[in-house]
Amino acid sequence: MSDGCPTIRFTVNGQDVAVETLPMKRLLDVLREDLHLTGTKEGCGEGECGSCSVRMNGELVNSCLIPVLQAEGAAIQTVEGLAINGELHPLQKAFLQCGGAQCGICTPGMLMAATQLLAINPHPSMPEIREGLAGNLCRCTGFTRIFESVVSAASADTSNLQAQADHAR
Amino acid sequence: MDPIEKTRIVGAPVLRKEGVDKLLGRARYVDDIEREGMWFGLTVRSTIPRGFIRSIGFDRRIDWSQFTVVTAADIPGKNHIHLIIADQPVLADGMVNHCDEAILLLAHPDKHKLREAASAVHIEYDPLPPVFTIDESERQETIVWGADNLIKSFLLEKGDVDSAWSNAAHIVEGEYRTGAQEHLYIENNGMIAEWNPETGITVWGSLQCPYYVHKSLLAVFDLPEDKVRVIQTETGGAFGGKEDYPSTLASHAALLAFKSGHIVKMVYDRMEDLAATTKRHPSRVRHRTALASNGKLLAMDIEVATDGGAYTTLSSTVLSRATLHSPGPYVCPNVRVRAHAWATNTVPYGAFRGFGAPQSIFAIERHMDEIAAVIGLDPVELRRRNFLHDGDTTATEQVMRDPVILDKLLDRALAESDYYDRHKKFAQQNQSNPIKRGLGIAAFFHGSGFTGSGERYLNSLAGIDVIPEGKVRILVANTEFGQGTNTVLSQIAAEALNIGYDDIIVAQPDTSVVPNSGPTVASRTTMVVGHLIERAGAQLLTMLREHAGLGAHFTPKEFFAACERYRSSHGKVESLCRYEAPPGIFWDDKTYHGEAYPAYVWSVQVAQVAVDTVTYSAEVEDFWSVQEVGRVLNPILAGGQIEGGIAQAIGYALYEKVLLQNGHMANNQMTNYIMPTAEDVPPIHVYFEQIPFRYGGFGAKGIGELPHDGPAPAILNAIRDATGVGFNTIPLLPEDLFLELSMREPQVETAPV
Amino acid sequence: MRGNPHAHQLIAPGSLSAVLELMAAAPSEWTPIAGGTELMVAHAAGRLASRKLISLWGIPDLRFITLNPDTIVVGAATTFRDLRAHSGIATHLPLLAKSASWIGSIANQSRATIGGNLVNGSPAADSSPALLVYDAEIELVSVRGTRRIPYAQFHTNYKRNIMAPDELLYAIHLPLRFAHHRQYLRKVGTRRAMAISKVALAATALLEDGFIREIRLAAASLAAFPTRLYRTESALLGQRVDTNVFQPARTALLGEVTPIDDIRSSAEYRVRVAANLLEEFLKEMQSPECVA
Repeated sequence: MSDGCPTIRFTVNGQDVAVETLPMKRLLDVLREDLHLTGTKEGCGEGECGSCSVRMNGELVNSCLIPVLQAEGAAIQTVEGLAINGELHPLQKAFLQCGGAQCGICTPGMLMAATQLLAINPHPSMPEIREGLAGNLCRCTGFTRIFESVVSAASADTSNLQAQADHAR
Repeated sequence: MDPIEKTRIVGAPVLRKEGVDKLLGRARYVDDIEREGMWFGLTVRSTIPRGFIRSIGFDRRIDWSQFTVVTAADIPGKNHIHLIIADQPVLADGMVNHCDEAILLLAHPDKHKLREAASAVHIEYDPLPPVFTIDESERQETIVWGADNLIKSFLLEKGDVDSAWSNAAHIVEGEYRTGAQEHLYIENNGMIAEWNPETGITVWGSLQCPYYVHKSLLAVFDLPEDKVRVIQTETGGAFGGKEDYPSTLASHAALLAFKSGHIVKMVYDRMEDLAATTKRHPSRVRHRTALASNGKLLAMDIEVATDGGAYTTLSSTVLSRATLHSPGPYVCPNVRVRAHAWATNTVPYGAFRGFGAPQSIFAIERHMDEIAAVIGLDPVELRRRNFLHDGDTTATEQVMRDPVILDKLLDRALAESDYYDRHKKFAQQNQSNPIKRGLGIAAFFHGSGFTGSGERYLNSLAGIDVIPEGKVRILVANTEFGQGTNTVLSQIAAEALNIGYDDIIVAQPDTSVVPNSGPTVASRTTMVVGHLIERAGAQLLTMLREHAGLGAHFTPKEFFAACERYRSSHGKVESLCRYEAPPGIFWDDKTYHGEAYPAYVWSVQVAQVAVDTVTYSAEVEDFWSVQEVGRVLNPILAGGQIEGGIAQAIGYALYEKVLLQNGHMANNQMTNYIMPTAEDVPPIHVYFEQIPFRYGGFGAKGIGELPHDGPAPAILNAIRDATGVGFNTIPLLPEDLFLELSMREPQVETAPV
Repeated sequence: MRGNPHAHQLIAPGSLSAVLELMAAAPSEWTPIAGGTELMVAHAAGRLASRKLISLWGIPDLRFITLNPDTIVVGAATTFRDLRAHSGIATHLPLLAKSASWIGSIANQSRATIGGNLVNGSPAADSSPALLVYDAEIELVSVRGTRRIPYAQFHTNYKRNIMAPDELLYAIHLPLRFAHHRQYLRKVGTRRAMAISKVALAATALLEDGFIREIRLAAASLAAFPTRLYRTESALLGQRVDTNVFQPARTALLGEVTPIDDIRSSAEYRVRVAANLLEEFLKEMQSPECVA
């Protein structure tokens, strides 16, 4: 059987965490159950819908596919880490203005994917936006206003975006 | 025609009421909720499509004393889900009629032990021969439901169809089929239930209609109304898939809570939600149409058949809507529609955005293009010659008393899409390009709200109250699940009361708090309940003017001060209104004659599709949608509804296939049930023409379902345009295109043996 | 979530040598897990058979891309994002860069590794066709040392390969000799993104005066494992690229492959589309320049 519950240490939104848990517990479940960060959602459990997306060491990942042992030492960013001191991240503001969220269940993952996209490509073309979000399924919006939201946020202050995206490293 | 009223908040793109919480990840969906001492529930389901349950065995390797086990025998009240007909059991009792039918329930504090226990339940069956398709069921060789497999039938007749054939210059026949479709809300179905001897049952969950669930639980537990409480949690998408199914899931969770004495959470994983919950009814529609030489419709003989699955659920009302939408938005003096809903041994089909209309509109709009091809007329012109106009009658002899602007919508759709120039360009390019492009149109209406006297029967009650903290609270049972209920009703209230949008909050739909304002279905919320809110607002102002000294003009501060004065003399500040039917709605349920719907919304859509003859795949490259939905109360939300509906219908047409093997959904994973991604959806262009509807909230009619009605036929019409081949079945996958198109290719290869 | 985290052991020794020693001590007991994009899907479906998993994630010895004068060597734990980001891959092995962009989504590409893709051995594996037409060699490692074999010999049957129970896939060696070859790669899936391959075709060919001097063809989903199309290659080798060669090439391909009907597609469709892709490649070769 398992070696028991090792203590796994990583940071989430800039905060150090230490979780004593099973190595094969999914990072998604550790975030939601152990750390009570329920912003990250489970839509499919198979890495298809992207609603569990978080950023890990500056890369976009599906947290439902990561055994928490492999998050040892990682810097994780979740949707809860986007707004700073109650001030909405430019992407969050843009989604609000442009109607990028309807039922909201895909929104945290979508925001993570959009954050990742703008972090590596501050002025993406429409094909690049589509590719950047292709791993996040939205059933409500038809994606149209999500694209508009990303374009709107990208035209906002980009240095701010870089800083915000790198927050929690 | 009423002019558009000048308003401050209604018509403005105000921000989504609950938007900030959603964007912060703070919105609490049912699986985000943890309660102390909570147990988890799991369902053990049938693995055969039809048969008797011979035995249920519990493997001794599990310590069953740790678990709560619930079977049909544990149901205190009635073992049925209350809907239209009570034929669906909460738990199978001795017999199963579809794969994945719920047989027993387990609860335990540990999710993993629960799974282990479920696999340790051994059920033995004596199988019976199943029926899986409409065609099989209607042959009536094997009876699997009632006396004859026939769940419901309708007959709609206008004029004398049989006399028209001899005068016809053209007679065109066609058969059109649509497959099942899964809602694929990104949040799976889920419920939390609690039982307490004093308060009774409380459930929290992802749902559209708290009072439907409430009514169902009353029957299952044989409890009085005040001993059942249903609360909607933030809901991550629904599309009709959470209209009736939650009654089943709530019953299950509540039974486990009742027997175990613990709070029980049941949240499906994707595999279970896909396999076991409702989907859109598959259909087969046959048309036989008589036309004059100028293309005018003389007679339509239509047969509509749907697959209802193993139990009635909503099949009769879906069939009703399919029937009423089958003749299309056209004038025709002679119409006959014979409609049948057939039972099969598959997971019962249920409500899904459009509710029968996408199925029959697919058929008529594809059929119009086939007719056009046969008689040599431009499909655009054929439609123009037959469009309904003001004063015309529909197939149910309903007179179009409100304006019908199909011509205007069509003109605009053609202009915005640059239709004829594009078409010419494609015709030329297609000669040498392996990618064939085409354009297709669809023209359609959607009956807004419940059919006929449905709203009278619902007898909705809705309104507002004012809380001491200085907010007006919307009191409705109508739920937000992304479509904008909270926002739009708040806009209406703020406008009616002449205060600020931020002065309004929405009470969480909780049957112990809000009145029964009817279900959130049928595109009725803004139109019907919105109108009740508008009236309740006016009523409150009258109350405050008469009893609390509110002046003719006032600031929000003065408004709330008057409310507090009213509270001190009356105890509470509340204004509720009951539904009043608009005048002149006469509907005969038996003959299917009269005003089928109180209002209609209208649309013309154009699809541009590219068919790649190397891979046989069709993609929608561009899409235009022009609609008249009454007054647009919030352009961002309204636009979002149209875009989302179109994307979902693109999936319906080209990507989404429910693959049944022995009546079980074999592709019950997101990797194999394919919906379009951000790379697959086309640019979507949306245009509104506004004609306020007198009896809708600030002139609004319904919008949610309309956009899903047109894309499938528009897309397949575009494919016909691109390839010259008419396809009549959806979903239309590359493998299907290949079978037809490859036969027409110069070289003929035989497949390897 | 149908998997039980209690039922699986996962350790992360952190170094290649430690992993190899553990695998040697208990051959066949340990299942290596890199990015987990396959194994964790099985875990979620309750179908993860392996009880003992050994993590390769974060071992620097396995995640590298080395650009030599004549070869590129890719460590097995290199992610598809790493491949896409590397200018050497883009320049010298464009088909590999292209296939990396097809894997799942951006989030999957951050975690899915090329080694995992090959060892998982799906007939639809996204990176396989490109590797086959690039003459890739696989380097395997164990406590007993290393060995290299042509990737074309790696798969032996459906999800079976030639690895010994104590062996790990260490690296993929790619010779840089295709700069003057025509190159082609196309995948046909259920949609534009996040699509499992229904069929894919890769090709490299050297033309001289309009004649095919060298040709390599490889396909996904036309056999029990990704494979070269040797008979079709023979039918084309030495031929002039003109319309006369299309039909014989298609016929050869038809006779060579064994596609199946499955949940995603049909055998008939797969083989016809493969033949169409082949013809598309041949047509492209007819024009003076071809960019993959």
